[in-house]
Amino acid sequence: MSTTTSGTGSSAAADGGGDEGSGAYDARFRVWRGDVEGGDLEDFTVQVNDGEVVLDIIHRIQATQAPDLAVRWNCKAGKCGSCSAEINGRPRLMCMTRMSVFARDEVVTVTPLRAFPVVRDLVTDVGFNYTKAREVPSFVPPKDLGPGEYRMMQEDVDRSQEFRKCIECFLCQDTCHVVRDHEENKTAFAGPRFLMRVAELDMHPLDAAAATGLDRKATAQEEHGLGYCNITKCCTEVCPEGIHITDNALIPLKERAVDRKYDPLVWLGNKIRRRPTS
Amino acid sequence: MSQVERQQWDVVVVGAGGAGLRAAIEAREQGARTAVICKSLFGKAHTVMAEGGIAASMGNVNSGDNWQVHFRDTLRGGKFLNQWRMAELHAREAPDRVWELETWGALFDRTKDGRISQRNFGGHEYPRLAHVGDRTGLELIRTLQQKIVALQQEDEREFGDYEARLKVFQECTVTRILKEDSLKDGERVSGAFCYERESGRFFVIEAPSVVLATGGIGKSFKVTSNSWEYTGDGHALALLAGAPLLNMEFVQFHPTGMVWPPSVKGILVTESVRGDGGVLRNSDGKRFMFDYVPDVFKEKYAESEAEGDRWYDDPDHNRRPPELLPRDEVARAINSEVKAGRGSPHGGVFLDVSTRMPAEVIRRRLPSMYHQFKELADVDITAEAMEVGPTCHYVMGGIAVESDTAAARGVPGLFAAGEVAGGMHGSNRLGGNSLSDLLVFGRRAGLYAARYADDLATAPVVDDAQVDAAAAEALRPFSAESPEAGAVPENPYTLHQELQQTMNDLVGIIRREGEMAEALQKLAELRRRARRAGVEGHRQFNPGWHLALDLRNMLLVSECVARAALERTESRGGHTREDHPGMNREWRRVNLLCALADPTGVLAVSDPERGQIELTRVTTDPIRPDLLALFDKEELVKYLAEEELYE
Repeated sequence: MSTTTSGTGSSAAADGGGDEGSGAYDARFRVWRGDVEGGDLEDFTVQVNDGEVVLDIIHRIQATQAPDLAVRWNCKAGKCGSCSAEINGRPRLMCMTRMSVFARDEVVTVTPLRAFPVVRDLVTDVGFNYTKAREVPSFVPPKDLGPGEYRMMQEDVDRSQEFRKCIECFLCQDTCHVVRDHEENKTAFAGPRFLMRVAELDMHPLDAAAATGLDRKATAQEEHGLGYCNITKCCTEVCPEGIHITDNALIPLKERAVDRKYDPLVWLGNKIRRRPTS
Repeated sequence: MSQVERQQWDVVVVGAGGAGLRAAIEAREQGARTAVICKSLFGKAHTVMAEGGIAASMGNVNSGDNWQVHFRDTLRGGKFLNQWRMAELHAREAPDRVWELETWGALFDRTKDGRISQRNFGGHEYPRLAHVGDRTGLELIRTLQQKIVALQQEDEREFGDYEARLKVFQECTVTRILKEDSLKDGERVSGAFCYERESGRFFVIEAPSVVLATGGIGKSFKVTSNSWEYTGDGHALALLAGAPLLNMEFVQFHPTGMVWPPSVKGILVTESVRGDGGVLRNSDGKRFMFDYVPDVFKEKYAESEAEGDRWYDDPDHNRRPPELLPRDEVARAINSEVKAGRGSPHGGVFLDVSTRMPAEVIRRRLPSMYHQFKELADVDITAEAMEVGPTCHYVMGGIAVESDTAAARGVPGLFAAGEVAGGMHGSNRLGGNSLSDLLVFGRRAGLYAARYADDLATAPVVDDAQVDAAAAEALRPFSAESPEAGAVPENPYTLHQELQQTMNDLVGIIRREGEMAEALQKLAELRRRARRAGVEGHRQFNPGWHLALDLRNMLLVSECVARAALERTESRGGHTREDHPGMNREWRRVNLLCALADPTGVLAVSDPERGQIELTRVTTDPIRPDLLALFDKEELVKYLAEEELYE
């Protein structure tokens, strides 16, 4: 086994850089390893360099100590939402969690997303989310407009655009208490990400679903389990994109559903001051 | 014979980025049963990292724009090496491809009159890029992903099965394209050999048409903006199947990647920063780009800071600032400034937007950049300058294809679209032309792949021997060769790091003959060691094994880049030779094709001098006269050889 540890950081020929080493230290990591049969936390002592994120350290463990450590990642820039895990119990993106947020003597514990079945090590089966995505009826284009004829004002697309910032990291789905410890709710509940998708389409200025007899507001309640949500805002708190899922998507959806169906939480929702969308 | 599960589809698309998904949508809409195979989860493709926008001459912001102007810009950007017919189709069809996205639910940023807004970008004469803040690629992927779901919902209504006619095999890798073993029908494609990453299980998809849409090769370089998937899989699969690669020496180094902290070195800083007004400065505070405007672009760029600054508000009476030169020019300039000792503390230059726009405008127009620097580098870009330097970003070279049909040359049934296909961008790609390329040629590849499958009289037969050979090849890392008794298996991660360092140092942004020859020696050595790349553990989601398999592809593609770069003794676009600094008009018509030295596709350990790749020179078709007529004679003289001008 090689002892090379410089997976990142040494200088490049093109521009001479060279900051490696300053402030390097050894950190203690505990990483969950196992599969569907079970598993346990495994201890690693591993070098940390200036400016690194948790994903860098996981990669170093992989390259030097545990070549078969399973982990998902793609962009390493907070744009794809692949490297979701729980770091010291909190759902986060590993690529956007700087090592500098931990004390040097703190043990950093990395475990797979708890709401989804483990495949291996840090990789979970996130199929639930793809199933739910299929259950939301798609955008319905307006019949009287051809390609190139769509006209929408910026202020009218702002709201849906906020929701389309979603990188589908599924941290909100993982943290939502409706399913986090209640497997039995998964059939009836789409989760924050896909309720937000319903809100996004409902607020789309040109969605013609209503003309086809589809009432998106009603389906949120009747088919996607909006009533289970009791607006604890856990989803909003873990969103790496800073989307105001509860305030801007879920509560408005509840308010609109109220004409059709009584929901006691709407009363509470109305009491909470809404933040602006910016 | 292996017991490997087999499935039958009409068209199989390898890759689920912009090109792959657009191809799949088209093939399915043509009536073909279509399978998509991708290494990551559905919706995570590298396309999500595209930031700036989609270039399409809709003329929403400046009505002077049209496809001819876009075509002209694209050829200038590519230094006239582009396959001109691809550039023409691309410029003509891009607006339709963008408008179509709106009918699938995309929400672009708007102009005041409610149309799709368009922004300025390097090398584009008019504001041309449809965008959503600086996350356009995400919008593109999500829209295509949701369109695929919409088609699956249709099938569910009609057949009670979401996957009746369109299925995504996520987290699966293709290791070999299978071909028919038939003297009568020649070498037609018969399917693809794949493994599931999650379980390690092998399976075969039998299909007459295969569309390669696997993206690029950046993971062979150390400093790169590319994600882990960019291991040149499609390039290698095509080579192994007998399809040649075109002009692999052209690799784009994006001028602005992050340089600090080390762990994020290479992550992209979007060109929109400059398109929206950001400027480049050296350690003296000087806007150095004014010193780097090459002759071919002299008339089109501002000569003073004052003129450049006026251009943002009055583009009709001023010329654009040189920060908006094509990427190859800006990347070389930054490299020179750093070498001359005028770099920033961490070995880049300064990119400043903080003194150019109010903080709230920066946060609205460049939200991901604001976020990225704040989170990863503790830099507030509304208050201070960023440090940036070149990063390996894109490969212009790729599978040689027929311009209209996206069919790979020489292998019936094989198609390619997007970054993996070569030719469209010539020697250098303009920003924004990638997303439009994915849509235009993704659609064409899907269309012609479906037609080809439909027109076949007999279905190609999968050759069992090839399946067995592919299975044995994929399992080799579990029983790595140890020629000398007691030799330790090689660590695939170490081999990968050495490969990245080699390509970065020896075949990087500035190239020299001696270094490239050295690179070829090192690649041969790495190839030998890669035979001993061993893995621990079992087949279930084992990244060490996956990397060991990807190494074959990276090594093949790296050799193509190094060999072609050594051969081309001129500097043009994304190929800069220190020992041959000028652009040579005679080289304009020369395309370099890479093919496997051993056409049987068996990768023997070959000697370093000979290698695995054979190069041939071919002459391109002359540019069609009506397209040439879009340029002034004085401009053409700079690019075309004498005999081309007077033909």
